[in-house]
Amino acid sequence: MKMFRIKGGIHPDERKDLAAGKAIETVPLPSLLRIPLQQHIGAPAVTVVEKGDEVKKGQVLASARGPVSAAIHAPTSGRISAIGRFVAPHPSGLPGQTITMRPDGKDEWGELPAPIEDPFAVEPDVIAERVAASGIVGMGGATFPSAVKLGLRNRNKLETLVINAAECEPYLTCDDRMMRERSEAVIDGIRILRHALGVERAIIAIEGNKPEALAALKAVCSANQFKDVLIARVPTRYPMGSEKHLVQTLTGKETPARALTADIGVVVHNVATCYAIREAVRFGRPLISRIVTVSGGAMKRTGNFEVPIGTPISHLIDHCDGFNKEPDRLLLGGPMMGQPIASTRTSIVKGSNGVLALCPDETPARQTMPCIRCASCVSACPCGLTPFEMAGHIRKEELDAAVKIGLLDCIACGSCAWVCPASIPLVQYFNYAKGKLTAQQRAKHKQEETKRLTQFREERMERQKRAKQEAMARMKAEREAKKKAEAEKKRAKQETIGA
Amino acid sequence: MIEAMAVLFGLGGALGGGLGLAAYYLRVEGNPIAEEIEGLLPGTNCGQCGYLGCSAAAEGLAKGEIGVAMCPPGGKTLASQLADKLGVEADLSGMKDKGPVTAFIFEDLCTGCTKCLKRCPTDAIVGASRQMHGVVDDACTGCEVCEEVCPTGAITMRPVTDTLMTWHWPKPDTGLAA
Amino acid sequence: MSDLVGGPHAHSGSSISRTMVLVLVALTPATLFGFYEFGWPAVFLFLVTVTAAIAAESFALALGGKPQKPFLLDGSAVVTGWIIAMTLPPWAPWWIGVVGSFIAIVLAKHAFGGLGQNVFNPAMIARTVLLISFPIEMTQFLTPQPMFTGGSPGFFEGLEITFAGHTAFDAVSSASLLGAIKTQLGLGVPVNEVVGGSLSLTAMALGIVPGSMGETSAVAILLGGILLLATRTITWHAPVAMIVTMAVLAGLFQAIDPGRYPGPAIHLVSGTFLFAAFFIATDYVTAPATGMGKLIFGAGVAALTFIIRTWAAYPEGIGFAILLMNAAVPLIDHYVRPRIYGRTRSGEPIRYEEI
Repeated sequence: MKMFRIKGGIHPDERKDLAAGKAIETVPLPSLLRIPLQQHIGAPAVTVVEKGDEVKKGQVLASARGPVSAAIHAPTSGRISAIGRFVAPHPSGLPGQTITMRPDGKDEWGELPAPIEDPFAVEPDVIAERVAASGIVGMGGATFPSAVKLGLRNRNKLETLVINAAECEPYLTCDDRMMRERSEAVIDGIRILRHALGVERAIIAIEGNKPEALAALKAVCSANQFKDVLIARVPTRYPMGSEKHLVQTLTGKETPARALTADIGVVVHNVATCYAIREAVRFGRPLISRIVTVSGGAMKRTGNFEVPIGTPISHLIDHCDGFNKEPDRLLLGGPMMGQPIASTRTSIVKGSNGVLALCPDETPARQTMPCIRCASCVSACPCGLTPFEMAGHIRKEELDAAVKIGLLDCIACGSCAWVCPASIPLVQYFNYAKGKLTAQQRAKHKQEETKRLTQFREERMERQKRAKQEAMARMKAEREAKKKAEAEKKRAKQETIGA
Repeated sequence: MIEAMAVLFGLGGALGGGLGLAAYYLRVEGNPIAEEIEGLLPGTNCGQCGYLGCSAAAEGLAKGEIGVAMCPPGGKTLASQLADKLGVEADLSGMKDKGPVTAFIFEDLCTGCTKCLKRCPTDAIVGASRQMHGVVDDACTGCEVCEEVCPTGAITMRPVTDTLMTWHWPKPDTGLAA
Repeated sequence: MSDLVGGPHAHSGSSISRTMVLVLVALTPATLFGFYEFGWPAVFLFLVTVTAAIAAESFALALGGKPQKPFLLDGSAVVTGWIIAMTLPPWAPWWIGVVGSFIAIVLAKHAFGGLGQNVFNPAMIARTVLLISFPIEMTQFLTPQPMFTGGSPGFFEGLEITFAGHTAFDAVSSASLLGAIKTQLGLGVPVNEVVGGSLSLTAMALGIVPGSMGETSAVAILLGGILLLATRTITWHAPVAMIVTMAVLAGLFQAIDPGRYPGPAIHLVSGTFLFAAFFIATDYVTAPATGMGKLIFGAGVAALTFIIRTWAAYPEGIGFAILLMNAAVPLIDHYVRPRIYGRTRSGEPIRYEEI
């Protein structure tokens, strides 16, 4: 298959060998599950259970709110012990709404939606509905609700489904293992998804550093003579897993800025998402567990684990016999785009593809030096930006200038910061600027709103004042009229008396 | 000689007349900078600056009657914006930026007197007579008017804390880059 | 665990000091050849200049209240001092090196804000200021006297030459190659007669001609340049643009009048041209950021150099050419920028017909 070159990119130390050889293991249930309501992009889910409820495995705990949201299901059977705020799996360590559940150990399935016997015979909308009901989100880390992506069929003319199995982040091997061990199911899921999108072909994009996964999927396709699934070996280069760059590598088409790949007829889904969709379609099982890579130099034992959503990270680390040394950084996700976590008490969520405990020689803490304009970042940037220039503007708080030269086109892949010889935290500069711009917008919006409220109030006061004045005037007039009438009466009386 | 004088007088007359006409016909109503400034101000007319409302304060700023660090709800951010807009150098280092605040009512101190309710410029306080009042955070500008009028001291200003929705990465340490 | 650290949590391992060390390694062949050619005085002048550069850096850091250790260890001061030494006449007195280093580090670098902030290449500022201020000391070149041969000064004679301004030593003082060509051409001697004898092309390429300490040997410089390219310390853009532009211009004018204008080969191997192409025009701080920008920059440097060499009063114009183009870098960087993904060159989102 012909491949197209993309600009920039880097070759970070892969370190996938730490976990690539380890088969997927199941993790015993923890004593408590903490399930955040915000595990996806969009509005947080709304709880439909109450404290003290007994729930069965697969039962809905929280339902989607609005068009871009995802339902959340019970990962096992047990009792809801609390619904409240708990530290979220987020770099800030701030609390978010969380359902705490105590498993009863029986792991009993509740009533599930009926399996769709022949997914290829049903209307695509039926599959999309099932995907939405099963709370499936993009499992590569972006966590965009998958059902919304399936709905793009109605908006765009689609041609190709691209399965993102690049897994370009170092260390992570969860997709690799899934493709090796569950190749039949993965291919089935991909074909269901292809049907659900109504496109002719699906292309699975796998980086060249995963030959076993490639061979396993190829074997399934050739054994069943599937003509609708192509398998493409894409170059091993970070950030190959970036949706727009992957599509360009495969089709040569560049997605316009501020647009979706669907606008050029391509929809991208992560390979693990396809597996989850198959589970939902074929067996009615919602998304209640995922495969997580546990790796890093500070881990005693590394591996790939099938983990129920809501499992505390500390439980997973304990299951891997803990740390062999104090980790320098604890990350959720890969080393390039993963987020540091404040506490191991936070839990595995739908988008957590890895838990990394890195030691200092893997993430050297370095002194930030001044920029020497070496332009390594310019060559490394896959988006054609000038990171050093943007960071320079942001350092001086010239956020608008940074936006003008492309800040909002940055995908935060971290290639620039990876190559920077001066160790400038470029990505953090960009995240800071993006966050601050959003905050400014929010503040402006609030100001406009409060101004409107003030205006309303003033108008109301004015109205009230007028009403009062009118009332006073009316009363006065009435009083006067009364007086007059009385005076009239009096006079009339006097006149009658006088007469 | 006469020719030159005529030309110069003529020129002077024409240009002067032109200027006069321009001043008359192209006159700008109101002070445009004042309007722009008013757009920056919170617009809640809380009166803490000493002016009767934000548009009066904007006029005052435009005329230079008052310094840029005049608006407590706007804080340091607004002061620096105003300094930029007015093109003045302002030493804001002394001005402590307490960050955005919103009103908070202590339930056990509130008597439900509705005084704050009546004064709140954005109707951010809800409640009724002899009932506990509450603050709608999204509408509160932290103008402190309610704090001043509360007879029992039940209202205090609390800094707005980050939530998962509002948090963003802090600006990184610049290291050795001065 | 440490405080909140933003991603990415992996790094290539590159650093400023690593880059600087690579540049130093690349400078080594030309330097060693210079030592061999010009003997002990060259060694002493080199040591004095580099030491002065480090001292100047330390002084400027102290003055600016910046920490000493990280900036002294980044290696940039050593590189600057080293490059200055390479561009000096090898038997120049010690104070030339010291003055040059202080001008480069204090005036050209720290007055602009220190590492990464300077608009002009510090070494070129130093060279140009020295050339204008001390024209005699800066143009006294000599025919190479290879070390350990009869004509080469010994250790103590070398000390005397560098530190005591010993003029009695009867080294054959001469103009540099380009100076000689310029003078001869000025006298009406045709090019093919000037270039010949001791000034053969081979001699120029090997560097067995009068000239500055480290810039005479094209072969040694090329070796260093290839190392920089191979380690991806520099990109090919600026050197290639310089060489091609110079070759085209020189070829064109030679074709017009072969008697008056020396050909491309002479222009390329003589003077500081190749040295500048690989070590000066590729200076990160003072060159454009994009490949296209670097091409424009290199072409501009070569064209200005050719103009100055051919028609101006100075035999070698590369210092001026670099400084002039340095001043144009912000402009180049403003207009020549990479195309943003998903956008056209003018910044609008790409449009497809079918959507």
